[in-house]
Amino acid sequence: MPAIIAAAAVLILTLLPVAAPWLQFVLTLAIAKGFAALGVAVLLRAGLISIGHAMFFAASAYAVAFLARAGVNDLGLLLILSVLGGALVGAVAGSFLVRYRAIFFAMLNLAVSMVFYALCAKLYGVTGGTDGMPVPVPAVFGIALGEPAFKSVLFYLSLGLMVLVGLAVQRYLNSPLGHALSAVHTNEIRLEYLGIPVWAVLLIAYVISAALAGLGGAIAGFAIGRVVPDFAFWTASGHLVLIAVLGGIGGVPGAFIGALFLELLHSAAVTVTDSWNLIVGMTLIIVIMFMPQGVYGLFARKEATSL
Amino acid sequence: MTRPILEAKGLHVAFNGVKAADDVSIAIHDGEFLAIIGPNGSGKTTLLNICTGYIRPKSGSVQLDGHDITHLSPRAIARRGVARAFQIPQLFSAQRVIDNMMLALAATDGLWSAVQPLETARRRDEARALLDLVGLAGDADRISSTLPEGHRKLLDIAVALALKPRLLLLDEPTSGVSALERFPLMEALMSALRQRRITALFVEHDMDVVARYASRVLVWNAGNIMAEGRPDEVFSNAQVRQRVVGVA
Repeated sequence: MPAIIAAAAVLILTLLPVAAPWLQFVLTLAIAKGFAALGVAVLLRAGLISIGHAMFFAASAYAVAFLARAGVNDLGLLLILSVLGGALVGAVAGSFLVRYRAIFFAMLNLAVSMVFYALCAKLYGVTGGTDGMPVPVPAVFGIALGEPAFKSVLFYLSLGLMVLVGLAVQRYLNSPLGHALSAVHTNEIRLEYLGIPVWAVLLIAYVISAALAGLGGAIAGFAIGRVVPDFAFWTASGHLVLIAVLGGIGGVPGAFIGALFLELLHSAAVTVTDSWNLIVGMTLIIVIMFMPQGVYGLFARKEATSL
Repeated sequence: MTRPILEAKGLHVAFNGVKAADDVSIAIHDGEFLAIIGPNGSGKTTLLNICTGYIRPKSGSVQLDGHDITHLSPRAIARRGVARAFQIPQLFSAQRVIDNMMLALAATDGLWSAVQPLETARRRDEARALLDLVGLAGDADRISSTLPEGHRKLLDIAVALALKPRLLLLDEPTSGVSALERFPLMEALMSALRQRRITALFVEHDMDVVARYASRVLVWNAGNIMAEGRPDEVFSNAQVRQRVVGVA
């Protein structure tokens, strides 16, 4: 995607909540889901589909709630610690999940995430069960803010992180580690014969993808003000895969484009009909049939033809 | 004779009762270009699979520089300086030719390089030099799956060379390569091996290539070594001529 288009898109996103304040929440949530979908897209590069990444999304959101309950009251610290928590859960789960491929990988991710979901829902005394846990408004650099001001700070922080983390992930994908990750999809034997440990390549990718999902979950927790077990439900994981495929896995912006597209479509559809799922579903079918490289593919193609 | 780089002793391997190696012992010495010839299915590729850790022998051992590598993984053996080019090219088919090369070059760099960009000026120059060596300089930016079979074979060899190995195992390097390109490729390969002091073992069916380039030939038949020696000695052996070369 040409830098100028990306810069223009970020500028429009920056200005949108000024023109339509109700969009601020929708966009914050879309960016949060975009981070998680980017995590899924990272693994898709290796041909691995995770139908369990909502677990990391939820893990970091719960981490924020637990840390807040324990007295941590700084936005930056909460974000860093919760993302590290998500990455740690990713390291533990990834240490055995990366041994599997194809349907086994997808199903095992699903199974582990559903165990996590059940624990969140059933351990009422710890997690609040299906009522979930509140995520209070934290201080920002020691300054206590009212909720509306905090939500604005959260939106612009999310936007900034989208650019910075997006560039970092792009850098990772362009590195030997990132190329090795794509190579896992095409030829694991050759990778081993190059002396590159496939399990390490996949574990690093898995931890990065879990951290990304965790970052999304933490932002969503702050935006919604509560974390519930449904954050980890399997349909939420499926939703992340859908966003990644819809946006396109050809580049980092794809995940965010997919998330923004889906959230805005959803917001528009609910205003038209109660059967908004029908509109969303039909749109998805059209995108998948006529844009096999996702919405991002439109920009990528333009870039290719401009050469 | 110099000390052996690679030494296999008493190898036994069988697949469904068919012996691919039956108490076989071989040694390859520094600077050699050892050819292994023999009928299809006689176990030549199996030997390469054992030497690179892809298959474990039922019994016997493989030593690299005197160290036992019998039970090491292909990755661990590759990191000890043994590279391999395959009979069926093993490439990253969705990536560009030059990316295949640069990833191989990056594999030999340190840990820090793993997070730096894959494409650096040094790697690009090294990759292009190796591609030029095998005659693929013009294909650098092509997606490797779009290459014709012969060129995929050449790329597979170039990838193996990019690992800067001490020992290179080549499985039928000239198969799939056109007759016109066969000897220029071998000349370039031999030149690279000499310049970089790489010892090589190659499985080959083209007897002209073997006769011209091998320093020693080992004739493999039904899991056993049938004959061994200089190319002129081996090709003058009547049994070899009848069973392997096909000239009675």
